[in-house]
Amino acid sequence: MSVFRAALSRELLVLWRSPAEIINPLFFFVMVISLFPLAISPKPELLALVAPGVLWVAALLAVMLSLDGLFRRDQESGVLELLLTAPVMAVVPVSAKLLAHWLLTGLPLVLISPVLAHMLQLPDAVLGTVMLSLLLGTPALTIIGAIGAALTVGLNRGGILLAVLVLPLYIPVLIFGAGAVSAAVDGGAVNGILAILGALLALTVSLGPLAVAAGLKISSGN
Amino acid sequence: MVWQTIKRWYHMLGSPRYFYTFSSALLPWLTPIALLVFTVGIVWGLAFAPSDYQQGNSYRIIFIHVPASSGALMGYMAMGVAGLVAVVWRMKMAEVMMKAIAPFGAALAAISLATGALWGKPTWGTYWQWDARMTSMLILLFMYVGVIALQNVIRDPRQAARAAGLLAMVGVINVIIVKYSVEWVQTLHQGSTLKLVGESTINPAMKYPLLISMLGTWLLYAVNVLVRARTEVVWRERRSKWVRKLVKGGGQ
Repeated sequence: MSVFRAALSRELLVLWRSPAEIINPLFFFVMVISLFPLAISPKPELLALVAPGVLWVAALLAVMLSLDGLFRRDQESGVLELLLTAPVMAVVPVSAKLLAHWLLTGLPLVLISPVLAHMLQLPDAVLGTVMLSLLLGTPALTIIGAIGAALTVGLNRGGILLAVLVLPLYIPVLIFGAGAVSAAVDGGAVNGILAILGALLALTVSLGPLAVAAGLKISSGN
Repeated sequence: MVWQTIKRWYHMLGSPRYFYTFSSALLPWLTPIALLVFTVGIVWGLAFAPSDYQQGNSYRIIFIHVPASSGALMGYMAMGVAGLVAVVWRMKMAEVMMKAIAPFGAALAAISLATGALWGKPTWGTYWQWDARMTSMLILLFMYVGVIALQNVIRDPRQAARAAGLLAMVGVINVIIVKYSVEWVQTLHQGSTLKLVGESTINPAMKYPLLISMLGTWLLYAVNVLVRARTEVVWRERRSKWVRKLVKGGGQ
């Protein structure tokens, strides 16, 4: 546990000192969303119809793009190699890293989402569902995406390849995340859908870090 | 006793050299049988099976559509199993199989989508609909593309196979979740009429040619995998004595 805490505070500190990695995904999220009213139509009724999907797709892309460099710096500086050969299970520091990454890149997306939802003309009554669905969904997106980032860490053409690997794996989370918001807009029951989203989160939290650690081991040739 | 035999087979076929000689003996039999079964199934289905009372002759595309879909799905599952063996036990032949299974499976997924679209037009009045099964098959194709893409960018073949193996394992879990998650969207696709256990709801005159063309497709898939795996084995073992002897001797 102390390993976990030490790794977590290290990762938080490293991320905190490169603010661009925290701010860029956030601005990406805001910018992508502001493209839609310009591209489709600023009509409120039309925007409210597409808003759940737009919010979720933008959040998904922001999380995915933030993951591209997740392990790169550690690999270049040799930290990754030490981490994998250290006498602790690789899962522990990897989990700490994922948690730190989500706290500083995923959580800000959740916190800013009500503002954006309001700008997309969603009724105030559904803002809670928007936040809750993203709160359950973005950690799952971070962990699933990290599997792809781990497998592509040694390759110097991450971007598109990461998207090709990871996007199909994001689909269930997207369906239930956007589905929950849509259901809330239609005034339907959302608890069941949010519960499934929570189940997906439980699955990725429990098995995902193992897959990320295995992916890192494969990529570093151990 | 059975377990011992399985274990012995597992270890024997795990040796690239043994696999090569074994498949050399198998292929001259398997290839004509696969072609024969496939041809019988397709010709029977396309030319001799009765036409459907509702869909007329357009239903006949089922004899290509269903075998392709089942082959694509089974191929991905097999790739996941090979990936598990490659990642956990680092068995060389599982790595080779990983690589050999992917291309034909991706092609079958594409065929399944194309024939499905052609069948959908006269039957449902649309080429494409975001219904559960079509969406799942499209995502399956995406995941085949991901596995193939990852294999192609990693230089070291062993590392490439293990990375793709891990991806395929995650993908298998994803296929299952995707299947159920798209089902809550109202589905247009007809339910499966073919059941191995219990009563099939398909006319026997259509069922047998369908089963035969499915079997034929699977056998052709197996032949394709074996041929690809042999090429890969020879390439990987190109520095070994037996491959050098093979190339110089020009025999089998």
